[in-house]
Amino acid sequence: MIRSHARRRLLIAAGLAGGALVVGGYFFYRERDRLGLAEGFAAPPGESWLTAWLRIGADGSVTVAVPRQEMGQGITTTLPMLVAEELDCDPASLRYEQAPVDPLYANATMIADGVPFRPDDHGWLARLARHSQYKVGELLGVQATGGSTSVRDGWEVMRQAGAAAREMLVAAAAARWNVSAAECRTGPGLVRHVASDRSLSYGELVAEAARQPIPRRPALKDPAQYRLIGTALPRLDVPAKTEGSARFGVDVRVPGLRYAALTQCPVFGGALKRVDAAKAKTMPGVQAVVELAATSTSAAAVAVVADSWWRAQSALAALEIEWHEGPHAALDTAAQRAVYADLLKEGEARAYESVGNAPLELAAAKQVVHARYEVPYLAHATMEPINCTALLDKGRCTIWVGSQSPTLVKWLAAGAAGVGSDAVTVHTPYLGGGFGRRFEMDVVVQAAAIARRLPGTPVQLLWSREEDMQHDVYRPMALSQLRCALDAQGGIHAWHHRIVGQSCTGGLTARLLPAAASDLMKDKTSAEGAFDLPYAMPHRLVEHVLVHQPVPVGFWRSVGHSYNAFFVECFLDEAAQAAKRDPYEFRRALLAQSPRHLRVLETAAQRAGWGSPLAPRSGRGIALAESFHSIVAQVAEVEVSTDGMLRVKRVVCAIDCGKAVHPGIVAAQMESGIVFGLTAALHGEITLKNGRVEQQNFPSYEMLRMADCPAIETHIVDSGWEHLGGVGEPGTPPIAPAVANAVFAATGQRLRRLPLRLS
Amino acid sequence: MAKLTVNGSEQDVPLEESTPLLWALRDALGLTGTKFGCGIAACGACTVLVDGQAVPSCVMPLLALGGKAIYTIEGAAARKPWPAVREAWIAEQVPQCGYCQPGMVMATIALLEANASPTDADIDAAITNICRCGTYPRIRKAIHRAAAELKAA
Repeated sequence: MIRSHARRRLLIAAGLAGGALVVGGYFFYRERDRLGLAEGFAAPPGESWLTAWLRIGADGSVTVAVPRQEMGQGITTTLPMLVAEELDCDPASLRYEQAPVDPLYANATMIADGVPFRPDDHGWLARLARHSQYKVGELLGVQATGGSTSVRDGWEVMRQAGAAAREMLVAAAAARWNVSAAECRTGPGLVRHVASDRSLSYGELVAEAARQPIPRRPALKDPAQYRLIGTALPRLDVPAKTEGSARFGVDVRVPGLRYAALTQCPVFGGALKRVDAAKAKTMPGVQAVVELAATSTSAAAVAVVADSWWRAQSALAALEIEWHEGPHAALDTAAQRAVYADLLKEGEARAYESVGNAPLELAAAKQVVHARYEVPYLAHATMEPINCTALLDKGRCTIWVGSQSPTLVKWLAAGAAGVGSDAVTVHTPYLGGGFGRRFEMDVVVQAAAIARRLPGTPVQLLWSREEDMQHDVYRPMALSQLRCALDAQGGIHAWHHRIVGQSCTGGLTARLLPAAASDLMKDKTSAEGAFDLPYAMPHRLVEHVLVHQPVPVGFWRSVGHSYNAFFVECFLDEAAQAAKRDPYEFRRALLAQSPRHLRVLETAAQRAGWGSPLAPRSGRGIALAESFHSIVAQVAEVEVSTDGMLRVKRVVCAIDCGKAVHPGIVAAQMESGIVFGLTAALHGEITLKNGRVEQQNFPSYEMLRMADCPAIETHIVDSGWEHLGGVGEPGTPPIAPAVANAVFAATGQRLRRLPLRLS
Repeated sequence: MAKLTVNGSEQDVPLEESTPLLWALRDALGLTGTKFGCGIAACGACTVLVDGQAVPSCVMPLLALGGKAIYTIEGAAARKPWPAVREAWIAEQVPQCGYCQPGMVMATIALLEANASPTDADIDAAITNICRCGTYPRIRKAIHRAAAELKAA
């Protein structure tokens, strides 16, 4: 074990050294200039860009180019706040738009987060790996919204942009007054010369300010001076989203628009054999029937284009289609589970963490606690069904799509439309939910292929909910075996965790860049939340058995944490039970050396009234998970009726995300993550039979609704700006184990499989 | 061809009478505030008011709607609870991705028109729409807030 560990480190080191040489020493250590303007940035009349991140108008309006996509997480408020803080403008003057596709706006932080090191590993190898990966991210230049990274990635540059613009405005005023910049102050939206009591608004100064050089290292405020950061500024997108005027991808309306509906091969990996479209073509409003061959990115399909979506969708029923179902027509979940069970015992595993000698210690232990846990495939079911609008006209391709990565849209649409990526323009309206689903390019490739067949006609391809549910990229099904040995003090002496499942990152790579797909690189996401635990365990081995299945898997809010937290945190309760300790006290002892985790755990427990009496058949469960650089603990309170109905009544959540840039959005994201995780814990299960997904729509893939939503309260634990963490995903992992542990407290039933079903 | 009365004005819709109202609104009349979510009346994203009742427009054929007063989110301002609902939604910072919100708002308007003081149980029974972002706790607070505001007015 130690040998393989050393070999792994040697291999990683050799790989990184090679990569570093390729990248080049200069580039490697050079800091990227993220403030400069890209070429060809046009400003509307009366407005001027000050850096690539904001424009100011003659009326004093400040428009922030938001480099991440708004999908509910509030990023079009949080990032403009960072600019406004340093710019010293009135928040009422803030506007935003989604930034265009440009490598300037790349999210290298998300790429850097992919290295398989513990977050608390600050050794040279971990730091070198993160830095190398960050540089790879810069080189790729991909704009991406995911991994709960938007604030961490934007924290520095958005504040710098605001500060740089402010210095440019001050320089312009100083030049106009012929005084030194040091004598000038800024107030909300204006520059003042105190000695002469003169002032000029930003709107009056912006044209001259735009001619000033962009300062490379503008002075940033002392956080003690913040007026906006740390406050719950009303979200800028809330009025439009309340009034129904917010435009999502599906709401794109352009002159001459046609609508497309499609039916995809029901079996993964199948192909189109034959389609008779004669009847469908005679139906009212139908303009074309387009056959779409399977690609690495998208399934085989037949699309109907018509003058309304309903007419297109209705005409699908008139198509006579025969599919080649291919080699996976017999795939079913029961058989998959049997394969996973075999692999759990005998499959070749890769170690993600190996410290001490857990197998030996477990073999020698008098008492070993062990259990097997399981989770199913899950669909994303974003409320806005999957859609994309495409136009190919005179060699130029225009795409309108709510996507988590407009850069990938540009690349993939180019290929499908048969143009160069420079000929592709991408517009990104609001996303009606993302959760990882909108990293996928299937609908983009299909829409561009349809547009290629109908040059000059803009076409909006919209999947039905049934197509969405049956052709998602799913949260992987996973099976897990945990074993641990206790020490004499009731702590954990040795821990062995084996997980079987598919790789999300591998899946996405195979779809987007099949030539680059390989099992060589370990996918951090497969074992995240399992190999990076904060608990004191002197001997531990965490390994993952990679399995390949025809079912496409992808990123689903909190990714590997979504299942690993369930495995780990439920099993910790089992260990506590074996040690005859209270589950909260048991965790406290394991976290004695982790003060931040301990504080979060204690905050949740105290606010929930841990240990206070509850009604009969009620129980509390606790769970903690660190993910995306934030630490979250939750206490769930449940009641189980005599006929076995489970009701989650209250959830108390504590989060340490360093500092809360926007405490209102932090709380909203905790609520959101909890409801998302509760839906999975109580209802979510995608199953296969005869190669097909069995669930079709909401009745068979049910969601948590108002009547079943618990009261939720969130408490923010402050640990300083240096620990800034994400908030979009970390609310999800702890809820399923907190509820399962509460069910055990209420009933004595230990549920080891999701969704939770009481016997 | 069907005739509809939408947000107070009469409209000709050049679609088959079997077409669900949702697609007449979105594709023929350009009223995209009403959203498509499931197509089978299971999620509430397409909720509109028909003669004051909250109904799922995705399963409501045009032929059933002759002479009926249809209100969508674009016409919500014509309904009495609207200012209070809008204000409450903003005060509670309800929307996240926002996609389900037009349906939630229309369902809320129908509830408050029928019941000036809804209890939690009334809200549970009336608001069965799905929100994938989990805005339920804020919607509940916003409904109570709007009801209080309407009573005070």
